[in-house]
Amino acid sequence: MTNRLNLPGIEWRRVSPKYVWVDLSSSAVGALILLAASCLPAVISGFAAWWSLPIAVFVIVVLVLAFIPRRVRAIGFQLRDDDLLFRRGLLFQRFVSVPYGRMQLIDITRGPVSRIVGLSDLHFVTAAASSSVAIPGLPVAIAEELRDQLVALAETRRAGL
Amino acid sequence: MTDQQFEGDPIQDLLPSGAVLSTRLADGEWHRLHPATPLLKGGIVFIALAGYFISQARQQLIDLFFGAPHAHDDGDPLIFLTAHGRLPIALLIIAGVLVLIVVMFYLSWRVHTFRITDEVVEVRSGLLRRSLRKGRLDRIQGINIVRPFFARLFGAARLEIDVAGHDANVRLDYLSSAKADGLRLDILRLASGTRQREAAQAAPDQRGFVEQRVAEFIAPELDPNLVPPESVVKVHVGRLIGSIFLHDTTFTLLVLIALAAVASTLTGTLVFVIYFLVPLVLGLGGFLFRRFTKSLRYSIASTPDGVRVGFGLLTLSNETLPPGRIHSVQVRQPILWRLPGWWEIRINRASKSNAKGADAQRNTTILPVGNLDDVLRVLGLLLPAVSPGSVEVLRNGIVGSGADGGFTNSPRRAAVIRWFSFRRNGFAEVPGVVLLRKGAVWRELTLIPEARAQSIGITQGPLYRALRLARIHVHTVNGPVRAELGALDKDVALGFFETASLQVVSAVGTDATHRWGAEGLTA
Repeated sequence: MTNRLNLPGIEWRRVSPKYVWVDLSSSAVGALILLAASCLPAVISGFAAWWSLPIAVFVIVVLVLAFIPRRVRAIGFQLRDDDLLFRRGLLFQRFVSVPYGRMQLIDITRGPVSRIVGLSDLHFVTAAASSSVAIPGLPVAIAEELRDQLVALAETRRAGL
Repeated sequence: MTDQQFEGDPIQDLLPSGAVLSTRLADGEWHRLHPATPLLKGGIVFIALAGYFISQARQQLIDLFFGAPHAHDDGDPLIFLTAHGRLPIALLIIAGVLVLIVVMFYLSWRVHTFRITDEVVEVRSGLLRRSLRKGRLDRIQGINIVRPFFARLFGAARLEIDVAGHDANVRLDYLSSAKADGLRLDILRLASGTRQREAAQAAPDQRGFVEQRVAEFIAPELDPNLVPPESVVKVHVGRLIGSIFLHDTTFTLLVLIALAAVASTLTGTLVFVIYFLVPLVLGLGGFLFRRFTKSLRYSIASTPDGVRVGFGLLTLSNETLPPGRIHSVQVRQPILWRLPGWWEIRINRASKSNAKGADAQRNTTILPVGNLDDVLRVLGLLLPAVSPGSVEVLRNGIVGSGADGGFTNSPRRAAVIRWFSFRRNGFAEVPGVVLLRKGAVWRELTLIPEARAQSIGITQGPLYRALRLARIHVHTVNGPVRAELGALDKDVALGFFETASLQVVSAVGTDATHRWGAEGLTA
């Protein structure tokens, strides 16, 4: 697929494969709610034709869930000399480059499922909300090491807004 | 009233009225605000209430003092009190409450103090609930001086120091109007990191209070001695009115009125007019009216400490944006402005005021309306990094199309999604600034100083993938300007991503505008 975005010569660091389970569990919850909601018209009206709606939703949901492992593999980041590169997305690709000096703070969060599999999410926060660099699915030790490394790098390249 | 008395400040007392060194307030000591502050902040409502009460009770008061035999007990508490001889007690209670309120106001004024050191500006206030607000001088995004109509009667002004962050502003309300400008200059000097502080000295003003007030009222909004006239861009009233009539919102309003009129005649009821048109007219009309009043006597000027934007007829407001505080600039043209050739300039900045209403427009619309020459001059003020040699690139970015002036355009195949503008849709770079040009019908040009870009992004969705296209983003602080450009060739976009991220890194490394006055730097 030559039309895809790609940066040549970048050795991407990937997130933990265990993150698939975190993503699957959170997506599955949303999918179940959506499925239940799509059943409502059929249940309320009693028309059999309405059952096509939950069936269509089910097919879409299964497709989305099936692509989760690929999506997780598409997440990548790399610490270059002066900036942090981040990529994610399969259908909608997104690449971001943030100079270290732009760091305002680093946030590490852990959801309940992440905690079970020993992962945490790292957010690199800049003054621009649209930067939104959030590296999910990092093993706890690596996330903390990465945080210290990024803070140290930002310290050496401190800049204003 | 004009000269504030600061306790423990003997020099202040020795100086004649008005002859205050402008540096006095920024000397690192705690100072009090203008004595009329409590009155301006809420006392006016109180006085109005008291006046209303007295006018209502006038008849009873006359009766009380001149002995009136006919008091009807018809449920009026005042008459009831008079009839039962309890009025003196009631008056005593009211007087006690009044005294208490006045004492509270006085005490809260006493404890409301501020100080400005080399590093921070601090305001502490509150009698029972103490509060201390600090703003770092190197994070100042702009200093705003507002002179509301009532405050002008007392010769007071409000100084608002915008610090980066949402509603992180430090407000000094109110200060003596004459000193506010000097204090702003001092704060900006301190923030700029200038080594030697040239003390700007205000000329002694020996006129009386009333004469001073009158002089201030009829003075032009922008002091002609303050800035060289060639660096001032003004908005004329005629053009302002015209721009509002030709604004897209007005156009929408007229179309909707026509639609409602047609619908009403067809259906024979006024239901559309009442439920649909009236709220709409009120809303949109209010927006346009605020836009008009906030743009009266508008001027933009260049000062050594940044860009000064001033406006207002009764309530005056002027703001100074220090260098390097503008995160992105957008020049755009509503479709109906194309005929007279007018443009509007909006900016993104790191501070947001929580001030209500059309102040949001004040904060981000830097030029409400202007022709191409005005636009180029204002861009020169806003982005001093753009060298005069790049003016042609700017002009091309605003009105041009094609590859002139170093613009990299969308490929031909992008015509599928950019029907009219694929030849105009493109980006260029002049030293220090990225230019994104788009739109053939609604033309706009976005400029981002590389030293202010937070990050660079590139995205691609399925449609773009099929067309071998991509979208580039330059992330800046939040605001009305979104710096992104779609429908670019995928490889061109990747090239932009690579070079721009390198440029931003080097621009961030060399940027020193937060200390724009420091030695070896002329921003």
